[in-house]
Amino acid sequence: MNAGERLRRTMMFVPGNSPAMLKDAGIYGADSIMFDLEDAVSLSEKDAARTLVYESLQTIDYGEAEKVVRINSIDTPYYLDDVRVMVKAGIEVIRLAKTDTAEMIQQLAKDTAAAEKEFNQPVGSTKLMAAIESARAVVNANKIAAASPRMMGIALSAEDYTTDLKTHRYPDGQELSYGRNVILHAARAAGICAFDTVFTNLDDEAGLIRETKLIHQLGFDGKSVINPRQIPIINQIYEPTQFEIEQAQEVITAINVAHEKSSGVIALKGQMVDRPVVMRAQRVMKLAIASNLVDEEGNYLEK
Amino acid sequence: MEIKKTVIAGTLESSDIQITLSPATGDNLEIELESDVLNQFGNQIKKVITETLQKFQITKVHVKAIDQGALDCVIRARTITAVQRALGQTEPAWEEL
Repeated sequence: MNAGERLRRTMMFVPGNSPAMLKDAGIYGADSIMFDLEDAVSLSEKDAARTLVYESLQTIDYGEAEKVVRINSIDTPYYLDDVRVMVKAGIEVIRLAKTDTAEMIQQLAKDTAAAEKEFNQPVGSTKLMAAIESARAVVNANKIAAASPRMMGIALSAEDYTTDLKTHRYPDGQELSYGRNVILHAARAAGICAFDTVFTNLDDEAGLIRETKLIHQLGFDGKSVINPRQIPIINQIYEPTQFEIEQAQEVITAINVAHEKSSGVIALKGQMVDRPVVMRAQRVMKLAIASNLVDEEGNYLEK
Repeated sequence: MEIKKTVIAGTLESSDIQITLSPATGDNLEIELESDVLNQFGNQIKKVITETLQKFQITKVHVKAIDQGALDCVIRARTITAVQRALGQTEPAWEEL
């Protein structure tokens, strides 16, 4: 599947050793669910979490959500078994914590391919993503994003990153502006998704809205979330306006008219419609359907 | 096979089950279960624990299980983890997963 085809507005962290949260993770409408075997799990419970996530994936229906697992970093004794057990479980995406170099992704791609063969999964079916958590990783972002055809996206992880920069997170996010733009460009140049970091202060809804509006404006596909309460807030910011939807519908109508006439040129109101406009229109309609603003046929629904 | 040491897996949080394995007093599997849904699901919970122990060919163990409303997949996972801890296995239990 093309990484650009799927909506990924929200990627919800679910601690891998919490049965209650694993049980309910599918009901909140997150586009992606990220089962966490790394920071959310204490060292003495790594074995328990891995087995619990495996068994949950066999049994619990997570619906349409994309299933992602955050595994322990490559220099830990848990890394390789995390990869093997999660590939056996049929996970869709493996997210590598603390990815500093392209070589780490290449190693992960190799280990993933070996596990796919070992457990009879289609080779190439498991996608990868990298968490960018250090200055070195930001400097290497272009190579990391393009390190493997399995790459689905890269994500900023701001807590470790700001510590590495010798700063901390501020409400206006100035300290992240370089890293965010580098990650976004690396992702787009490689044709993959870009995810913003979590917003950790659950009591500051205005702050979450401000930060989400910023990353939406920059072009990020979505944001990591640590609490289901953040999902509708983020989705609302990604909702297209009625004007955007109507414009998109006009473009799509023009495409259909051109197809009927077998014309290679798409025209709208006397102007040629070029490819970026078509792609933007298709994304607007996908967001509109996901936001329940239009029905499957594209009819605008009154709220 | 018998369990010779005492180990714990799982917590007392909602939707979890805490499994404590210890050496058996008799010659069989002994399961002591505490659950708010003992009347409705007690037999099913014991069945999942028993089947998981059998996959590891454990025939002699005392199991103390404190259920907080765990799904079968959680009961299975916690039992697997407990057995692996008791047997000192660090490699994932491929046969039982």
